Amino acid sequence: MMEWESWSAFWDMGGNAWFVWGSYSITAMLIVLELVLVLRRRKETVLRLLRLRRAAPYATGGQRMNEEMF
Amino acid sequence: MTTDTLNRAERSRSLFRFAAPQVFYPIAGRLAPWFAGIAAVLTVVGLYIGFFVAPTDFQQGEVYRVIFIHVPAAWMSMLIYLVMAFWAAVGLVMNTRLSFMMSQALAPTGAMFCFVALWTGALWGKPTWGTYWVWDARLTSQLLLLFLYLGFIALTRAIEDSRRADRAGAIIALVGAINVPIIYFSVQWWNTLHQGASVSLTKAPSMATTMLSGMLIMALAAWAYTFAVAFWRVRSLILERERHTDWVGAELEAEAKRQ
Repeated sequence: MMEWESWSAFWDMGGNAWFVWGSYSITAMLIVLELVLVLRRRKETVLRLLRLRRAAPYATGGQRMNEEMF
Repeated sequence: MTTDTLNRAERSRSLFRFAAPQVFYPIAGRLAPWFAGIAAVLTVVGLYIGFFVAPTDFQQGEVYRVIFIHVPAAWMSMLIYLVMAFWAAVGLVMNTRLSFMMSQALAPTGAMFCFVALWTGALWGKPTWGTYWVWDARLTSQLLLLFLYLGFIALTRAIEDSRRADRAGAIIALVGAINVPIIYFSVQWWNTLHQGASVSLTKAPSMATTMLSGMLIMALAAWAYTFAVAFWRVRSLILERERHTDWVGAELEAEAKRQ
């Protein structure tokens, strides 16, 4: 490797492991969390709206009505 | 002259076409995976440069490698807020629903980047300044930005009536936008502990080329990531808001068949 003498030197970050890896790990976790939340929201929205639609398939313009039925 | 005005009218109409949620919904769906892919590739390249090509900093040692996420996250947190404010203003002036949805789709990602900028800044500050936190102008105004994001998200979700929620959120977005130039110029206006800009349009960057390119590639990755996530998020918002229309009905049925 170009910059590092060994993998352990890489992980040690010149004695700054907590500061460097603490930054990168929290960032990575937040990005994964955001992606999971966004994809889950999509699934939940589709399922919920489908349920509402099937409960009152002929109701038009009845957003309040639909929601109150549940 | 008549053809010219006609063309202009046509052009503006075609631009407005994209403001229709029904038109934008499939476009966002098609574009998002591409942006996600670009973000993933750029992140790998950027991290490789950041960790294996960029040299050790002669002053800060290895801990400076935090900047490969710190600076892009800080830039994105400011840029996203400005874009949110822009869409809020467009929504207020043109009364386009999609503009408000777009600004609401961006807010959580902006808040995430804002938190990342603060968190990585704190972890960088400890070994460099000897403290995780200090109430100086740059840090305090960046913390205020996080509260503005959280306030915007809380407010737009708390108000039941979507039209009122859109308008209330737009006001926070517009008023809060004043904070962004304050953050950006804080290091010049006040005597702060935070260092000045390492990259500016007017002078040569004060860092090694490999460090700079790693940072810029990570900034592009953050930018592409923001597009992908905001497009995915706005699609859920559109379905929610347009749920009484026929096209959403058809889309939902198609989605049900796919599952």
